[in-house]
Amino acid sequence: MFKNKKTSAALSAPYTAWMTIFIIVPLLMIFYYGLTDSQGSLTLANITAIGYGVYFKSLLLALWLSFLCTLICFILAYPLALILARVSKNAGQGLIITIFILPMWMNFLLRTYAWLTLLEGNGIINGILSFLHLPTQHMINTPTAIVFGMVYNFLPFMVLPLYNAISRIDTAVFEAARDLGAGRRQTLFRITLPLSVNGIISGVTMVFIPALTTFAISTLLGGSKVLLIGNVIESTFTQVYDWHLGSGLSIVLMIFIIINMIISNISDARQEAEG
Amino acid sequence: MKKKMSRFSALLMCAACFAFMLSGCGGSGGAQGGAGELRVFNWGEYIDPEVIAEFQEETGIRVVYEEFETNEVMYAKLAQDPSAYDVLCPSDYMISKLIEQDMLQELDASRLTVAHEEIGDSYWKESEGFDPGNKYSVPYCWGTVGILYNKTMVSEPVTSWSVLWDEQYAGSILMQDSVRDAMMIPLVMNGVSMNTLDEAELEKATQMLIEQKPLVQAYVVDQVRDKMIGNEAAIGVIYSGEAIYTQRENPDLVYVIPEEGSNVWIDSWVITNGAKNVDNAYAWIEYMSRPEVALKNFDYITYSTPNEGARALIEDEAIRNSEIAFPDLSRYKLETYVYLGEEGDALYNDYWMRIKSE
Amino acid sequence: MKKTIERGYMVLILIFMYAPIVTMIALSFNASKSRAKWGGFTLQWYGSLFTDGPIMRALVNTLVVAVLSSLIATIIGTVTCIALMGMRTRTRAVIMGITNIPMINADIVTGISLMLLFRVLGLTNGFLPVLIAHITFNIPFVMLSVLPRLKQVEPSVYEAALDLGATPVYAFMKTVLPDIMPAVISGALMAFTMSIDDFIITYFTKGVGFNTLSTLIYSEVKKGIRPEIYALSALIFIAVLTLLFFSDRIPKWTARQKKD
Repeated sequence: MFKNKKTSAALSAPYTAWMTIFIIVPLLMIFYYGLTDSQGSLTLANITAIGYGVYFKSLLLALWLSFLCTLICFILAYPLALILARVSKNAGQGLIITIFILPMWMNFLLRTYAWLTLLEGNGIINGILSFLHLPTQHMINTPTAIVFGMVYNFLPFMVLPLYNAISRIDTAVFEAARDLGAGRRQTLFRITLPLSVNGIISGVTMVFIPALTTFAISTLLGGSKVLLIGNVIESTFTQVYDWHLGSGLSIVLMIFIIINMIISNISDARQEAEG
Repeated sequence: MKKKMSRFSALLMCAACFAFMLSGCGGSGGAQGGAGELRVFNWGEYIDPEVIAEFQEETGIRVVYEEFETNEVMYAKLAQDPSAYDVLCPSDYMISKLIEQDMLQELDASRLTVAHEEIGDSYWKESEGFDPGNKYSVPYCWGTVGILYNKTMVSEPVTSWSVLWDEQYAGSILMQDSVRDAMMIPLVMNGVSMNTLDEAELEKATQMLIEQKPLVQAYVVDQVRDKMIGNEAAIGVIYSGEAIYTQRENPDLVYVIPEEGSNVWIDSWVITNGAKNVDNAYAWIEYMSRPEVALKNFDYITYSTPNEGARALIEDEAIRNSEIAFPDLSRYKLETYVYLGEEGDALYNDYWMRIKSE
Repeated sequence: MKKTIERGYMVLILIFMYAPIVTMIALSFNASKSRAKWGGFTLQWYGSLFTDGPIMRALVNTLVVAVLSSLIATIIGTVTCIALMGMRTRTRAVIMGITNIPMINADIVTGISLMLLFRVLGLTNGFLPVLIAHITFNIPFVMLSVLPRLKQVEPSVYEAALDLGATPVYAFMKTVLPDIMPAVISGALMAFTMSIDDFIITYFTKGVGFNTLSTLIYSEVKKGIRPEIYALSALIFIAVLTLLFFSDRIPKWTARQKKD
């Protein structure tokens, strides 16, 4: 079984076929449509469209919001991962992780929609604020609300790799640092952060791409006032019905995905080299 | 470890059995077409669900019911697969687009006796505007586009669209998330036809909407309802049919048709060219045209019905003669949307995208 | 002091994570149909939920697709992993590289690419396109779970069984399969979860008249969600909670992080 080449080829045939039809061919079709116009002649217009007006603006905004989202996720998640890594040594780590993963089992659209009830003008949060005689905030249907929804949805994707990386660091390293007179801050910046850099990279890549390409969160919390590249692509397919343009814009998205992939591959390779 | 795993596989098997059991009785919802089925594509919240159930019970036809939010979304889906649905309920201008693109079939009037009996002559005549000779469509609901405002938040009675540009209501204004309805407002204010293809006028309208955008709380479709009821907004652009329902839930709400004029629309049943269940589609249209069925729908969705028989059956006199549900159209400056052609559509879309991305 | 801060921070994050879920459960008891108004306490939505055609059909569809796609993906994925073991490293790397594409790619691109294919093939009806799409994005999760485990299996026992006259299939079933079973099952569960959770790919590939819970909810969101959906989610939440309680913890949560 393990060595027989003929059997291997036979056994892998169904998947090779599946993979070709449902992974490779569809991607080629995106390239086909993206690089042709409705007459079928070759063009780059669908891709260069990203440089103009609406498309450029929505891409920039999406990049900016997903950058903010990734940054906030990191700032929130790092201390959390530190605490989790410490606490889980005593308490059962399963329970703690469960608490943070459990919400992910609920439909994310519903959870995001529920934020609407919390964030809107007469929503629950403003209700609490005005009860406390604090000024109420305008939150819903702004880019801020979208970043908020992104952070809410993607935070676990940042927490988990960070937690993994941090809890893998040998405690002896911390002890050694302390013995050598390192303060808390020094330990954090010179030991913990550098040793968890792979966790950081994989967390960042896992948050950034879904945030960059989302259209559901911006529709729900942005009141259709905020147009991200995901919304533009979605509407070129579902409303304007222009496969060529939609595919061309998808190719642009893929460039970002490939950059992301290269970064995480480098980090993976380094991790493997380190053992 | 092993034990735990087997427990999980047991759970998985249970889930599998459960799913298959349910699928046995519920059907997987696939739309294969064939005898005893009808695929209906209608606006969201545009029918009393009991009506569907009763239709299925009476005729034995299984209804696959799907909803759309805007005419444009409906069109995109139909264009994907013109035989995906048997019967649709688009609006006027979209019907003429579908006719022009040969996506609808001509109806046999002799099979629509109830519809021709019960639906008022004026509505058939009105329909001629987009469906000359009434060859393709049977009216289902109609109404106007107007402003719904909350009188506790808006001090003076609203008479003009210009209130939507009033800075004191910043953040409390809801606009419709659909190209034609949004563009219609500034065009009408400028005294131009809402079907214009004049680029200078469209540019001017676009600038007005861009200027307005900071004041707008959100572009929504059916959510206007919830937000106005919940006092989330002071002013909203809404279809007249929603006015009765929202007023019932929140008596502070008032509906007006602004003096500059507005859009009057008809949504009608049509049968697609690719329909696989034509007989059932006729049965559906006839059933929807029965006065008691139309009344039931009217009570539920509160959109004006062109069904004279149904109107006569309305018990509440205030509603039967309501200026909102059955306005005297001659008192207002009203216009219907006309299909603009593919280039016109693309033009409007470009402007709309520009507004949205500002 | 430090402990208090730590605990306080955890509590804040917990509130952040659970506030919408609590809201959702609260809304399931709201007698008013409108989300914006509290109309008093009621249990009626829990009753009407089970007679609501679209919701029940979407629930069934979600479960059928999840079960079938995870089952088929598990079989294809496991068999392929076995096949990969006998292949040259180069070939193996190519296949794994392609397998990784749906995991690395943005869901919107995967969804659109499959949609284009299905349109051209005329596959626009019912649940078949969704099933195929789900199998496609599920296979990588199974393979990522099974392959490392398979690499650890000692071929000697299997070879010994062959020497003793067992047929290859029998020998495999008796020696290798029990060893890799935990990885197979956790792969299957992962696939199941991914399938239940998916919105974007289903949204683009679904045929006419077909909804899973995610796509149904997305279309409902635009017109105001019916309270029955809150009731259903509250029930699902309680079911997941119970399941967790009995199984101590979610299996292999770690692998999930690879997604997106």
